[in-house]
Parts: sequence; structure tokens; C-alpha cells
Amino acid sequence: MKSFFILFLLIFVLASLAQLLLPWWVVGPLCLGLAAWRGGSARAAFGAGLLGVALGWWLPAAWLNLNGAGLLASRVATLLPLGGNSWLLVLVSGLLAGLVGGLAALAGAWGRRASTPGIHQVH
Amino acid sequence: MLRWLKPVLALLSAVVLAWVLNTKQGDVPPVARLLSPYGGFWQNGETAADFPDQQTLRLPALHQTVRVRFDDRRVPHIFAENDHDLYYAQGYLTARDRLWQMEFMTRVAAGRISEVVGERALEYDRFQRRMGLPFGAENSLREMLKNDTTRLVLESYAAGVNAYIGQLSPKEYPFEYKMLDYAPEPWTPLKSALLLKLMAWDLSGRSDDLRLSNILSKYGPEVTRDLFPDFPFRADPVVPDGAPLDFQPLPLPPAPPLPFAAAVSGLVPSREPDAELGSNNFAVAGSRTASGKPLLANDPHLQLNLPSIWYQVQLHGPTQNVYGVTIPGAPAVIIGFNADVAWGVTNVGGDVLDWYQLKFKDASRREYWHAGRWKPVRRMVERIAVRGLPDRLDTVLYTHHGPVVYDQNETVFNQQTPVRHALRWTAHEATGANEVLAFVKLNRARNYADYDRALRTYASPAQNFIFASRTGDVAIRPNGRFPLKYAGQGKFILDGSDPRQDWQGWIPMSQTPRVLNPARGYVSSANQHSAGPGYPYYLGWDYAPWDRAHRINGQLAHMRQATADTLRVLQNDDLGLNAQRMLPWMLTNLPVTEASGATAAPGAAARRLLARWKYHYSAESVGATLFELWYQELVQRLWEDDFGKSAIGSKMRFPARDRTNQLLLAEPGSPWLDDRRTTQKETAPDLLAASWKFAMDSLTRKFGPMGPKWAWANQKSTDINHLAQLPGFGHADVWCGGSPGSVNATGARNGPSWRMVVDLATPVRAYGIFPGGQSGNPASVYYDDMLESWRTGRLDELVFLQAADENHPRLQAAWRLEK
Repeated sequence: MKSFFILFLLIFVLASLAQLLLPWWVVGPLCLGLAAWRGGSARAAFGAGLLGVALGWWLPAAWLNLNGAGLLASRVATLLPLGGNSWLLVLVSGLLAGLVGGLAALAGAWGRRASTPGIHQVH
Repeated sequence: MLRWLKPVLALLSAVVLAWVLNTKQGDVPPVARLLSPYGGFWQNGETAADFPDQQTLRLPALHQTVRVRFDDRRVPHIFAENDHDLYYAQGYLTARDRLWQMEFMTRVAAGRISEVVGERALEYDRFQRRMGLPFGAENSLREMLKNDTTRLVLESYAAGVNAYIGQLSPKEYPFEYKMLDYAPEPWTPLKSALLLKLMAWDLSGRSDDLRLSNILSKYGPEVTRDLFPDFPFRADPVVPDGAPLDFQPLPLPPAPPLPFAAAVSGLVPSREPDAELGSNNFAVAGSRTASGKPLLANDPHLQLNLPSIWYQVQLHGPTQNVYGVTIPGAPAVIIGFNADVAWGVTNVGGDVLDWYQLKFKDASRREYWHAGRWKPVRRMVERIAVRGLPDRLDTVLYTHHGPVVYDQNETVFNQQTPVRHALRWTAHEATGANEVLAFVKLNRARNYADYDRALRTYASPAQNFIFASRTGDVAIRPNGRFPLKYAGQGKFILDGSDPRQDWQGWIPMSQTPRVLNPARGYVSSANQHSAGPGYPYYLGWDYAPWDRAHRINGQLAHMRQATADTLRVLQNDDLGLNAQRMLPWMLTNLPVTEASGATAAPGAAARRLLARWKYHYSAESVGATLFELWYQELVQRLWEDDFGKSAIGSKMRFPARDRTNQLLLAEPGSPWLDDRRTTQKETAPDLLAASWKFAMDSLTRKFGPMGPKWAWANQKSTDINHLAQLPGFGHADVWCGGSPGSVNATGARNGPSWRMVVDLATPVRAYGIFPGGQSGNPASVYYDDMLESWRTGRLDELVFLQAADENHPRLQAAWRLEK
């Protein structure tokens, strides 16, 4: 559990900072690298990548939804279509990016295990 | 190695997913880039902090400081010390609100949509180019850059737009760029010229020459003359006969002895502007107003879109202080007023676009026959960039008439001589024409003489320029460059080899129809015939029906003590003259039989309701719904068998409404009433019964039993859509009255795109509204904040400032633009 939290926090903070300057897909290599470095179970890595990246989208999107972008978000949510629900759009936005983060982190965790045969960490 | 399988698979899925979410897939935007809170659409929100009450913007290209005040509708009031800064600021501030729209519209005009959306717009782009819109824009620009005033205006405006574009980082691009995944490109004066050509296309790009030629070849000259007359039975022209001519008309070119028998063509215009586009304007002299000063009103009817087609602005400079609406992307005010004068425009339906049938020497189409010899064809290659694919090349043939627009998909009836048509159109020709100069001069006009001078360089699209001044003048003038024609020239396809059928010059600009201060105390136009039969030149035959014009003139004729509000009420008038004229006859002649369904209870109730209906197209009117559908179906049944596509397999058109009504009311024995596809002989009552049944059945199917659901607003269904047709970004089913034939000409997609009323008292007071808002940003409340007032027929008082530091309760922000 502890390794999940550390990885999750690292991903959340570093992915958020990185996206201020770099394109959104930087979350991919970042999660891959962090998960490979930290190790841990596959499930924990996937969860940390998914939630860490998603939270890095949910928080600013939610804040912007309340501060100036709400009207546009509900229009986009009509277009997509998500029934015009801007909060649903916040949720979906984060999950999409989170999925990329989660898969990349999963690849990192599995990759670490593959490169160090014989070590089986079980949590 | 098998242990690497899982990580590699996971990595692969992450990479593929990231790629998919990062890339535009067909029409699906790059989802993750669009939805990212770091750079996607969430960054396009608008808060109070984005629009401070006070701020100073640094724009190094300015010569002096520009001050801008914004009112509570977000209209910029620009105060500049010189003309460069004035138009620079107009460009900058317009781009700030409307960048995507103005740039997208220039791409529409230039045939450059494929660059943005890919191959599916290729045929559209080819058409725009083959119609010669970019060709016309380049010709026009050449003239405008020769003139010092318009060069300064266009170049300053472009520099202002570019100053704004230069400040943007990708995350600040307007929403639509992110949605469609492209970037703004630098603005040029050519783009402003393209927008004017797009207006010319919308307003003068319709032509029935080909349909009329098909009719002529099928039914002969007598029938054609009878059903498609050059002048309607009922007319209320913009400039009525009466005043003696104050000029010596030029001799008319001689008409060829026989009309040209054009080859029947299966060619169908692939794209045509909407026939319903129209407009109203009217002005009353001081003798009819409460203030003793003239009043002027204008409401141009165009397709209703968001972002709004118009953008309001006040321009205050060393030589002018003008307020009105502009086309985003084009400098100067198009419809507006200043302290001394007001002016407005409606479209002129004159025939300024003709088709010439060509005879090529051989299949290589390098030479065509004209004036007894083979002349060379000029070939211009259009390079069309297509997103995701290599550029496409398209060769367009140009003759001295103009471009060959259609080059394929045409059914060739005679294999020996492939039929091609060249287009002659005033929008292509720019010698002596400078529309921007005309508007700049109108913006600065002080009196009638200035108006007269301003219009001399206004060529295309021809407009009814209405005018009123503080000193009491009211005037109107169908103005533009009209080719000098023999009567009926260009009503049908012309012979491209016969020099007598070429355009033979122009009607002098000083001899266009005009009226100044008529005895009746008002002037008006609503797209009807420009002049009475006494006018010496032929201008065209196919204008809008007289309904709106006649209603307006009828109301103006008994106006006394009029105020701005009187004119506002007339702009919102929803009386249908066509219904008033036809419905009593229709009800009287509708057979009350079992077969028509008119005896059954619902039918009887509907007939009673129609008999009580007062011909007003109000939003909740059920009578309007019933009448419109019944009448349209009646017309359809009357003409479909004779002039529908199935009649001869090529495209024709129905006779105009005026002629149709005349036939129904006054020619009960007409053979046209019979449906030639049936064995029995139909009469008008048969057609009335069948169309009645159709209308009742289809309304019942659509809305259920007759009741409030049959309201006219539901049947008409006015939609105001986003320019890119994005669901959620427009307003569907706006609840409002009006109809294409009423003064309030609100239809399914078209309607009053700007309503303005100006009272030329001192100080001048003006009122206006458009169905949208100043901002093009769909995140802004100013995207559509005026819609509700528009819908309910109200007008805003327009804030017209005299000085930059004036106090006004509706002013909200004061900015400084400094070098």
C-alpha cells in the first residue's frame, strides 16, 4: 500500500508539473520510468498511474469548470455527447489521460520484473 | 524472452492509446489534446479577470495612444488619433473576439476548407475556385491597393489582426482551432477582399438561366413569356415610375433577331445560395415623424449563425465618428450611422450573372469559337492543399467571358459537341470598383452629396442603399454595376460565340434608379423590382415577391408622428400578404367532401380556425402552420407535373409566386391545372382538396391531433447553428414568429441578422440588435447575450459616444492601447 501511495504521489506531482511545459503525452514516459524505478506490484503501478495522472487532470479541470470554462464545457459535453454534463466531462477527461498513465506504469512495473528474473515481490 | 511479452504489450497499448488520443481521426478531434486542462478547451474559459475594467496593452506598431471603451454588450468604442491606428485597433479588437470565424470564412471563400477538414471538402473547394471567387478577390484587391485610402485602411486592419495572432500561444487559440486541429495563419488584405466576394456570392450568385433555357426548349417562347414574365402582375418597385428622367439614356444594344436555342443541359448547379436571403430597409421623412427629423430602419436577412455574422463597433478618428455593424474580417462599418447621416442596405435581385454556352474546336478545349474565329482559352491551375493527402491540381479554363465553372458530371446530350458554359459575373470585374472605399466614404459622410459620391465606386454585390440625413433628406438607390443589356439578355443561356450577346458595357453609375425626397415622404426596399417599367434599362426579371415591400409601403403610407418604436414595430410585423390574398379563395374553393377529409370533425375544425385566422405569423399561430403547408403543397401539385425534374429529366423551375397566384385566381380554365400524369382532368378544387388532405395528414402525423402543438414556431423551427455545425454550440427551435414572406422574415435558417433603427434628431439616437453576441467565444456569456432581445423583437439603445472620456452608465471598461 505504501509503495502505491509513493508512486501515486510522485506521478501526480511530476506529471502535473511536466504538463505545464510539455505536451500531455509526457505522462506516458514519465509513468513508465517512475514505475520501473519504484517497482511494486502490477496492480499498484497501474492504479497509481491511472489515478495519479487522472487527478492531475481532475483538479485543474474541476477548478476551470467552476471558473470560466463551465459554459464551454457543457457545450463540449453536448457535442461529445455526454448529455451536456460538464462534470461528467471532467471525469471522462481525467480517465482518458489516466488510462495512458496506468498502462505506461503497468509496462514499467512489468518491465522491471522482467529485467530482474527471480525476484517476486508480493504485497 | 517470454517474460518481456507482458511489459511490451502494456507499453504498446499505452503508445497506441496515446497516439489515438493525440491525433485527429477523420472528423474526431484529437481528444486528449482537446480535453487537457493544461492546453485544451478548458483554457478557453472566460472570467472577469480576462476582461479587466482598466488595462493597457502594448502594441508597438501604433503611432499614438488609442483609447477603447466597452459597453455592457461588449461593443468596442475606439478612439484613435489617426486612421492607421483606428483601423489597426479595429482589426486587433475584432480578431480578439472573432479570429476563428473571420479566418474560416476567408477559407470558405477561397476554397481552402480541404486544408482543414481533408478530402471531403475537395469538391466544395474546387467549386469556389471554379466560380472564380479568389479570382474576383484578387482583381478587386488590385484596385483597392491602387487607392491610397483603401490601401492604408486594409493594411492597417491586417496589421492589427496580425498583432493579435502574434500574441497567441497554442493553448490560447480559439476553441474551434483546437476542435478542428489547426492554427491561425497571418492575415492579409486579400482575405478582406475574399469576404466581400463571399457576400457577392451569397447575394448575387443565384442564376436560373439554365432552368429557363430548358423551359424554353421544352415549351417554346410563348409559354415561357406567359409563365415567366419580365415584370410581375403586382409590383411595388423600389423606385416607382413618376419622376421624369434627369438623364439621357444610352442607346440599348440591339437584340439578336432570334433567341438562342441553348442545348438542353442536364447540368445542375452543384451549389446555390439560398433564394430566401433578403432584407428590408425603409426611411421616413420628417413630415411623418414626431421629431420632424427622418427615421431610418434596416434589417438584412441572412443565414443565422453563431458566431454572429455581424460585429458592432464605434470608430472615432480624426475625420469620422461612426457606429454600426462590420463584417468580421473587413474594415469599416457596413450598415450604420454618424451624427449627421444613417444608411443601410438590402440586396438587389438584378441579373448580374450570366452563362455563355461555348463551342470548343476539339476535345482538347484549347480554342473556342467567338466572333467568327477561334480564340485561345487561358488555363489557370489551382493548387488545392488537402489535409493528410498530396496537393490536388485543378485546371480551370478561362474565356473572355469568364471561367468554365462546371467541367464534369454533366450529362452531355450531344456527344459531338460537349457543352460547356462560361460564367460572366460582376463579382469578377473590378475596374473602377472599390467597395471598401465606398463604405469608408459613407462612414465619413455628412450629407446627401457625400452619399452620392461614396456610392460611385460600389460595384458588387449590388445593394439598395437607403439614406437619411439630419438635414432632412431621405433617399434610396439600387446601386452597383449593372451590365448594359438588351431587354431579356441573360434571362436564358447566351450564345458564347455571338459577340452581340456579350455584355456591351455598363449602365452609367449616375443612371442607376434613384429617388431623393419623394412626395410620399418615405423610401423603402425589400428586394423587389428595382424600378418601374418606365426605367430605360433592363436590369433583370426575377426579384423577390412584392409581399414585404407592399406591406412596408402600406404601413409607411399612413404613418404619422412616427418614432423609432413605430419603425421597430414595423420590422417585427408578421402579417402574411400572400395568405391574405389567397386564403379566402382557397377556403371558398375547397370542396367539402368525404374525400378531402374536410367534412370530418378535425377537418371542419381546421377550416373554421383558418377562416378566423388574421394572417399573422405569430409564434403560437396554428392558422399559419395550416395555411403555409396547404399553400406550398398546392403549388407543388400545380407545377410538379409540368416543371418538376421528372417532367423532362432536366432541371427546370416553377413560375414565380405572383404568376402562380394570378393563374389560380384568374385563370380557372387553365390547362396547367390538370395533372398530366393522371387520366382524369384536374381542376383547382381538386388540387385544393388533395393538398388540404396532405397538409392535415402530415401535420397530424408530425404533431398529433390539431392543438397548440401545431404552433407556427414548431412548424417553422428557426435554428441558429454554429458555423461549423457543432451540436451544442447553437440554438435549435428558437420560439419566435415571422415568416419568409412577412416583414419579419424569419424562416427555418434565415432571418433578420441585424435590426437597426436610427432617429436622426439631435443628438442622433439609434437602436439595434442581432441574434447572437459580440464574442465569438462559446465560453463567453457575450456569445449569445443578445439573442433573447432579438427573439422578442426588442432593440438595444446603441451607445454612441462623442468623446473617449464621456461618462455613460452602460460603459464598463476603458482600455488603452499604447505603442
